[in-house]
Amino acid sequence: MKVDPIHQFEIRNLIPMTSVGGHDIAFTNSALVMFIIVGAVSALLIGATMRQAVVPGRLQSIAELSYEFIADTLRSSAGNEGMKFFPFVFTLFMFVLFANLIGLIPYSFTVTSQLIVTVTLALLVFFIVVGYGFWKNGLHFLRLFAPTGMPKLMLPVIVPIELLSFLSRPISHSVRLFGNMLAGHITLQVFAGFIIMLSGAGILGWFGAVLPFTMVVMLTALELLVAVVQAYVFVILTCIYLNDAVHPGH
Amino acid sequence: MAPVLQAANVAGPSDGTMSDARENGDRDKQHTDEALSARLQRLNEGLGKKRSARRVSESAEADRATTASDYAQGFRLASEFVAGVVVGAGLGWLVDRWFRTAPWGLMIFLLLGFAAGVLNVMRSTGVVAGNALGGHNPGDRKE
Repeated sequence: MKVDPIHQFEIRNLIPMTSVGGHDIAFTNSALVMFIIVGAVSALLIGATMRQAVVPGRLQSIAELSYEFIADTLRSSAGNEGMKFFPFVFTLFMFVLFANLIGLIPYSFTVTSQLIVTVTLALLVFFIVVGYGFWKNGLHFLRLFAPTGMPKLMLPVIVPIELLSFLSRPISHSVRLFGNMLAGHITLQVFAGFIIMLSGAGILGWFGAVLPFTMVVMLTALELLVAVVQAYVFVILTCIYLNDAVHPGH
Repeated sequence: MAPVLQAANVAGPSDGTMSDARENGDRDKQHTDEALSARLQRLNEGLGKKRSARRVSESAEADRATTASDYAQGFRLASEFVAGVVVGAGLGWLVDRWFRTAPWGLMIFLLLGFAAGVLNVMRSTGVVAGNALGGHNPGDRKE
């Protein structure tokens, strides 16, 4: 029996809609999972804030803890001026976190293992930083590329390097989340495949299959950690980039 | 914990008790509005102190969480470096296409991209400060 570890990332058209320029525009399993993510986040937060108690219940604690966690992260890296981006950053965190966690449920689909999704999120952050940076600071925003106290002679070399470093941000921002989720899910699937292959090999194989099975259990725990940590890393990078838009090179 | 409860905590057990007593003693002398604004200011200061204290401990915690596995660290640095080189190569190729300067654009921008990649890696390990504004990166080493 052969197990295809890539099969889990396949995009399937659930409801075909139209086609634009030879490309099918359809409601896919990826879109379905995204709707589920948004629904789950909304249900959690609306449900948690429905009954507001001074001493929070379990659900309300979840909402308050996640609020404080993101608010502190944002405030510590972008300052109080950065707090106007709180709704955006919080939405981003909840979306990525739930995408990662829902992806861990067997037979579901990991939205964040699609490069196009993470690139879209990273480019959204990138364009918000550029747009807000120019709108708020005008041309002063360009000081971001010229570190203060740099000798004039060095500027022709430093500015292009800083510019390229700035342009490379959305790539490393998106590839980091994408790569971690993709690699984790493939590893999980490969080890799960070993169980099936070994258990097809008779009695001895059944005992052998215990090894990859323990591995899968441990990897699942690790993936749970990775799912949360990667959502956090994605958001903390967003905060650092937003900080550049709020105060560029002061 | 609700922000309200936290605020009460800060005002309560910290430096609050003694000065509160003093305030109660000569309340008739003081105008209530003044007292209120003084207390508000004290609350603000307390919150600020608490926040900055938590910031330090939290960023140290974040350091530990994000640098927990060597694999994660390696992946992070690799993606930072490759991103720089890829952007340099892509931009150089585009410049060559637009201005028909092949192969100079690709050569120069690839080298610049290489430098940008190294800069990215140095920034994310905290060897050099973030963008000259001391923005702290998740993996910053505190020295």
